[in-house]
Amino acid sequence: MSSTSTPDLARATLGVPRLLTGHGPGYGEHLRALGPLPQRAGLVDEIARSGLTGRGGAAFPTSTKLAAMAPRGVVIGNGSEGEPLSAKDELLLHNRPHLVIDGLLATAHALAARRLHLVVGAASEEPVRRALRERGDADAIEVTVAPDRFVGGEASAVVDLLATGRGLPKDHAVRLTTRGLRGRSTLVQNVETLAHIGLIARVGGERWGAVGVPEDRGTRLFSISGDVAHPGVIEAPGGSSLRSLIAPSSPQPVSAVLVGGYHGAWVGRDALERTVGASSKHGAIPAGAGILVVLGDRSCGLRTAAEIAAYLAAESAGQCGPCVNGLPALADLVSRVADGDRDPRLPAQVERMAGLVEGRGACHHPDGTAKMVRSALVAFADDVAAHQHGFCRAAR
Amino acid sequence: MSASTALHIDWTRCRGRGMCTELLTGLGRDEWGYPLVAGGGSDLPIRTHDVEAADDAVALCPVLALSIRPARPTR
Repeated sequence: MSSTSTPDLARATLGVPRLLTGHGPGYGEHLRALGPLPQRAGLVDEIARSGLTGRGGAAFPTSTKLAAMAPRGVVIGNGSEGEPLSAKDELLLHNRPHLVIDGLLATAHALAARRLHLVVGAASEEPVRRALRERGDADAIEVTVAPDRFVGGEASAVVDLLATGRGLPKDHAVRLTTRGLRGRSTLVQNVETLAHIGLIARVGGERWGAVGVPEDRGTRLFSISGDVAHPGVIEAPGGSSLRSLIAPSSPQPVSAVLVGGYHGAWVGRDALERTVGASSKHGAIPAGAGILVVLGDRSCGLRTAAEIAAYLAAESAGQCGPCVNGLPALADLVSRVADGDRDPRLPAQVERMAGLVEGRGACHHPDGTAKMVRSALVAFADDVAAHQHGFCRAAR
Repeated sequence: MSASTALHIDWTRCRGRGMCTELLTGLGRDEWGYPLVAGGGSDLPIRTHDVEAADDAVALCPVLALSIRPARPTR
């Protein structure tokens, strides 16, 4: 069977799309397209060769994280997707659950891990449980439903969910790979990252990484929303321009795009030709968890940024003083700019408050919020000036 | 020269009592009373003459929010 499946395997795993291929979620279809999961020797080396980076937001080189793991550890597939505008993990868990499970099993096998967990949003629980029941090799995987909150997807929050049932970010004294769930070496990988590992386990790192650009190999899922006719999830190779990524969603005339989600950065329409990549190297805009929010030229970016800042302030886990106090203060200042408060000190006060919360929390929630707000002041500098003069450029 | 250890603030424990800010000159307080590291962030690099004060801050923090860690260039 494996000998006859080789040409099909190439078609099923090496093109674009390779994750969103459109076949059904059943195990039978999965096996017909890809064949069984091979026990590949040297998977960690193959992942290193592939250049795969984490698809959960931080874009950390996957092989570096794997190399830090001790044997008999814990591997956690993270599909909790706390970002309200991210849809890719749920789509993947509904449409390709077996590829995610393959990636989790292959990773755990390569690391000689003892415990396997899959943390998913409530909407994905049933499809994932159904997929696990379809196969005989996945009994070790324990499924847990993540609470629907923004900071719940952070790695230490996922570990805390499994340890205590609360799901709150923790102060990390050491890396989770050193000491994580119940003191064990713990790997937390986004489910899209695991799906890519499911492909690498079959075709090897080099062939997997043939698509994309040297600094950003393979493909990535993007969740596209905002002022577009067709919101949804697309898959694109590394090195894609922002313009090419949003084009299939038929955007309104673009004023700006929030790249990377609520902890991402606003860029103006002058950035549409830039690539969206794993990191800011080579002039790319960091993709984060692949969220693109399009702002049409009839929307006020400051209003949108203020609404997001207010949402993020409300989503603080309530543990860290600077976040609990600073984020509402920051959101209030941005809201005053958006409301047309003409106090000339306001922009400087926003900057100061962003700087005051940055780096002062157990997780990156204050940092990400500050980053989004700061980028709004830059991308919407003309709007700030207009609001200060008593008018708004958006025809609302 | 960079310090080899740092005083780390666990923000999930800190309640802004301010004991540490009285012991260490490198710590101010923000408008809500929480310690403010001069260079920002959660870690105050400990200079040689601050070693004792940092140990005292760890011992005296009423909510056990402080620890001494190897200094890291960034988080």
